[in-house]
Amino acid sequence: MKSPGAGAVAVVAAIEHVVKAPVWDCRMCGQCVLHSTGMTCPMTCPKTLRNGPCGGVREDGNCEVVPDMRCVWVKAHDRAEHMPLLPKSWRLHIRDLRPPVDNSLAGTSSWVNLVTKRDQQTPAGWIGAKAP
Amino acid sequence: MDRGEGSVTSAPHQFAALASSHHRLAALASSRHRPIVTAECPSADGGTVDDLAARLATIAPFVDAVNVTDNPAAHAHASNVSMAIALAVLGIEPIMQIVCRDKNRLAIQADIAGAAMFGIVNFSALTGDDVTAGDEPEARRVFDLDGPQLVSVLAGMKAGTYLSGRKFTPTGDFFIGAVENPGAPPLDYRADRALLKVNAGAQMVQLQISYRPNQVKAFMSACVANGVAQRAIVLPSVCLTKGARALSFMNDKVPGISVPAETIDRVANADDQSEEAYLLVRDLTAHALQLPGVAGIHITDFRHDGSVQRLTEELRIGPKFDTAISIEHEERHAHSS
Repeated sequence: MKSPGAGAVAVVAAIEHVVKAPVWDCRMCGQCVLHSTGMTCPMTCPKTLRNGPCGGVREDGNCEVVPDMRCVWVKAHDRAEHMPLLPKSWRLHIRDLRPPVDNSLAGTSSWVNLVTKRDQQTPAGWIGAKAP
Repeated sequence: MDRGEGSVTSAPHQFAALASSHHRLAALASSRHRPIVTAECPSADGGTVDDLAARLATIAPFVDAVNVTDNPAAHAHASNVSMAIALAVLGIEPIMQIVCRDKNRLAIQADIAGAAMFGIVNFSALTGDDVTAGDEPEARRVFDLDGPQLVSVLAGMKAGTYLSGRKFTPTGDFFIGAVENPGAPPLDYRADRALLKVNAGAQMVQLQISYRPNQVKAFMSACVANGVAQRAIVLPSVCLTKGARALSFMNDKVPGISVPAETIDRVANADDQSEEAYLLVRDLTAHALQLPGVAGIHITDFRHDGSVQRLTEELRIGPKFDTAISIEHEERHAHSS
């Protein structure tokens, strides 16, 4: 049986998809990091990399996999530095180590997951960038 | 099958020796008393461990540790785990590369745990070339983790837990490597990304092969400025080839490597292409080794003609030119005889 409010959550997810898909090509990963990646969705990288560009970026800044597409992370890096109106803290977040994608959140609303802080849960053994 | 009573109570002695063997790479990383030399292991497509040993005879004695690759350029070969164990059995210190392309986080952690059981302690985390770079572009790409995340997972296992938080007991002290490409855009972000990996636990950063000394130089000064070169050993890479055709191939086909036209011309227009291709690599190596922050060099050999020996001897680098190691070797020899 669906929990109470499940309908409302599904409606929010539908609205989120309608708003974010045309603008950012949102893939509904359910754990949005757009603010920390220069408003560029890392899930549109063919390798879905969350922590910067791979070593295969072409000399012209285009993608290793899709030669006529600009590398998502070249774009993200450029926007994090130069995009107007982006708060300074957001610009610096591009250097953070983002945890592995929680695949159980795929298709859910990141807005709901933000409010419930579900998107901040990481596996118990994730030590992030705090290596001993 | 009759195995005989008691035959499975202990591992063959060579495996017990692996778990307690001396780890030269980690020791050199802390002493840094001379340039560290690593090399790429040729891939295996069939053949036995003895065949592999024969192919490594022109490489292994002249370097400190050997990288075993993980389906390089998205081509299937004998697995990274099996190759790492094979090298360890042969008495060659392996660095087990792990790419994120082919396996999810469960399979990758299982590989690390399995290799550790055989005394493998050196690991190197890479994102990996895309499947489209290989001979099976129809394959499903995985990338469940990315390179920096994999470094962090390795650091977690080194500290005693799987990603889930469940206990893991490593047999030795993991030495964690990562890779960065000083020549791929955005160029001014690459040292930051190396720093991200060092913050996640990387103790070594091997660089993608570069034919642009200025890019390596700029990357290294950024790594000295942000502390990467002090906190991790940084090893630029060179690639020994036989001539201009191989250089053009790399420029055209290998993701993330570009070879300047004038460099290809230098080799193509030489009277002796093979010699000129070697001299090019010697120049690049000598240049890299004198840059501040560089801890050593990583060599890929596509010549298979003894050029690794020639290069290390002409530049007087590697274990053969380490008095500490030759003393240790003599002592071990004296004990065993």
